[in-house]
Amino acid sequence: MTEPAVATRSVVVERELPHPPETIWRALTQGPLLEEWLMKNDFQPVVGHTFNFRAEPVPGWNGVVNCQVLVVEPYQRLSYTWNSSGDEAEGGLRTVVTWTLTPVEGGVLVRMEQSGFRAEDEHAHRGASYGWPRFFTALEQVSARLD
Amino acid sequence: MPAIAPDEVFRGLADPTRRAIFERLSRDGEQTVGALTERAGISQPAVSKHLGVLKGAGLVRDRRDGRQTYYRVDPRGLAPLVDWMTFYGTFWRDRFDRLETLLKRMDQ
Repeated sequence: MTEPAVATRSVVVERELPHPPETIWRALTQGPLLEEWLMKNDFQPVVGHTFNFRAEPVPGWNGVVNCQVLVVEPYQRLSYTWNSSGDEAEGGLRTVVTWTLTPVEGGVLVRMEQSGFRAEDEHAHRGASYGWPRFFTALEQVSARLD
Repeated sequence: MPAIAPDEVFRGLADPTRRAIFERLSRDGEQTVGALTERAGISQPAVSKHLGVLKGAGLVRDRRDGRQTYYRVDPRGLAPLVDWMTFYGTFWRDRFDRLETLLKRMDQ
């Protein structure tokens, strides 16, 4: 068995949260709670379930994420695919989001890893509604080089 | 639709006047050349020329209605510039903040 030799990268965010694993698990897996902090969704904690996350579209992103549940290990691990949708699906993102909960003193270490970013997912600049000012500053610098 | 290279999109947005026009269309929605000219502080042919460059870069689309041409932002136009790793790095940190706020409410 050989894996395709494609280098991918991950975005990792982790935080210690002073709450019981049961509470955190509910926030990660109950649709209405998930909507409060992440996005509108039709998520169900069932392996194989396909669902969408939906946010307001912004320039460069249609706001809809295609997902399928991969792993449900209550209070420990949750994983789903996180792929581009619609017109953006072809050649778009094909990533996996994995949540890992590790008990620590006084709470839980919550780790989110979004893996599978390929070189072509990484362009020179930031976009969408996040970081427009930085985007334009950088743009001017690059533009100066292009001219 | 042929893929547009990031360089073309950069060129499209390189000019401050063109960027202002693009931002106006992003913010206020579809508009005629005339409406854009009123606030651009340059002549209508100059605005039309800038719109032509934005269109060539895939950043705006046009639609004729009678004697008027309406321009609007093509939401996919910035896609070649979106750095998904940076986007999601910011996105997830922001969502962790919101998760923490929710958890505090849930514990009360």
